[in-house]
Amino acid sequence: MRHDFQTIADWIEPNAKVLDLGCGDGDLLKHLYERRQARGYGVELDDRHVLACVKNGINVIQRDLEAGLAEFASATFDYVVLSQTLQAVHHTEAILREMLRVGREGIVTFPNFGYWKNRWQVLRGNMPVSADIPFQWYDTPNVHLCTMHDFEALCAKLNIVIRERIVMTAGKRIHFLQNLTGSLAVYRFGLAA
Amino acid sequence: MPPAAPSISSLGIVTPRTAHFAAPLNLKSGAVLPAYDLIYETYGTLNADKSNAVLICHALSGNHHVAGLHAAADKNPGWWDNLIGPGKPVDTNRFFVIGVNNLGGCHGSTGPASINPATGQAYGSGFPLVTVEDWVDSHARLADMLGISCFAAIIGGSLGGMQVLQWSIAYPQRVRHCLAIASAPKLTAQNIAFNDVARQAILSDPDFHGGNYYAHDTYPRRGLRLARMLGHITYLSDDVMGSKFGRILRAGAFNYGYDVEFEIESYLRYQGDKFAGSFDANTYLLMTKALDYFDPTQHRPELGLSAALKPAVADFLVISFTTDWRFAPERSREIVQALLDNERNVSYAEIASNHGHDAFLMPDPHYHALIRAYMERITV
Repeated sequence: MRHDFQTIADWIEPNAKVLDLGCGDGDLLKHLYERRQARGYGVELDDRHVLACVKNGINVIQRDLEAGLAEFASATFDYVVLSQTLQAVHHTEAILREMLRVGREGIVTFPNFGYWKNRWQVLRGNMPVSADIPFQWYDTPNVHLCTMHDFEALCAKLNIVIRERIVMTAGKRIHFLQNLTGSLAVYRFGLAA
Repeated sequence: MPPAAPSISSLGIVTPRTAHFAAPLNLKSGAVLPAYDLIYETYGTLNADKSNAVLICHALSGNHHVAGLHAAADKNPGWWDNLIGPGKPVDTNRFFVIGVNNLGGCHGSTGPASINPATGQAYGSGFPLVTVEDWVDSHARLADMLGISCFAAIIGGSLGGMQVLQWSIAYPQRVRHCLAIASAPKLTAQNIAFNDVARQAILSDPDFHGGNYYAHDTYPRRGLRLARMLGHITYLSDDVMGSKFGRILRAGAFNYGYDVEFEIESYLRYQGDKFAGSFDANTYLLMTKALDYFDPTQHRPELGLSAALKPAVADFLVISFTTDWRFAPERSREIVQALLDNERNVSYAEIASNHGHDAFLMPDPHYHALIRAYMERITV
């Protein structure tokens, strides 16, 4: 299981209603159902993933996230999750706004570009390839890689308040110099009152 | 020795049955059908607790012959044979599948060409207009007769998808899973417009005789042919017409006349002729009206589809096809949105296909894999 799934399951309340954007084969929703009796829907564009969700018994709506979440009414979910997808989204600001239109809280996870191993590879003159960014520059879905500082600055600009933050490297929590030593960032956030 | 030719249907020979209903059916229009027959076919075996029944709802020109062959020499199996049969996505080794011809049809259920017992003549124009709601009510009686209190799934494409929706609204406790494919919650003005041009072609045919052509020993063949040609255009996509026919000429050169020149003309005329020789014009009129009338929001339009679908408790699989412009993906998304508003279990897939509305009848591997995956999770 992906390291961020555990954290997300720890955060959400039992019986929560969850929307998982870019839900892949539905494993997170399945995990949240088994651990928290959470219910909800996944949104996915890729045919193979849609099929995998149906096989998994997970509600999945096929749609392109870049076009927004028109089918989903405002304030109808407890959590809207975007796990390891933020960096692959073109309309980053729009999707963050949509998440908090539809849900009470948003949860995002993304590979921290500020992780020292990534910095080191750039310093040596190469685009980073790592466990959390496992793609070559010429063959990657990622278009908006960012550091934790970058993400937090965008949240401030969008009037988004970060409620909780967990940073991990190889599945272990990091507490010091997180933007340097953390490979994967997990955030829970809401709109400022 | 060459291997034996594979059977065109894995179900083999199937035999339709006719159920007679002597209790009057009160129709939505206010008319009453005193008694009627429904012709149906079944495939597979109903299990002991009758929990594995699947109902197939047909579209405009469909019927009860959904799968299998009527005779070993049949060239074509039932209309959804690629989906239904042993080991197929709707697996008749697990499910007991029912196909039924809708009231007003022309394949054995009571319809305009049937003899009206009150007069001894064909109903003709005297046959009442039946609606999607009436069909579902009549099919519920067939389910009663077969001892099926709750369907494992009800599946329908196009107009059949509307029946699926109506089942979920009118009989929410009688269906566990709804598969609404290439459908819409109600027709748009454009869609009604196409239907009306088709009807006008029939109604203005001099052989129509106000719907009582049976008595005149004639038949509005030209009108029905035109109606079908028009319909056919709207069931295909521009893409597939272009790739299949393009501007290909039969003779290779212009003849500067009105006979068939382009391949597409030949194709449409062939389809029109074939259909006009095997379908009843009154049934075509009636089915298109049923399409036009269906609107679950009719009584409270201001509340929208979400309110109309509130009674529905079944799980849904909604499927649309990218190049279907007669029942476009946007229309399926309206159904999905209403189900989301009601927090129902729903999955939605938009299948990439260049076959237009007809795609729902085609054996696309991804489309069939989705239905197979969905059906496999249904407990029986």
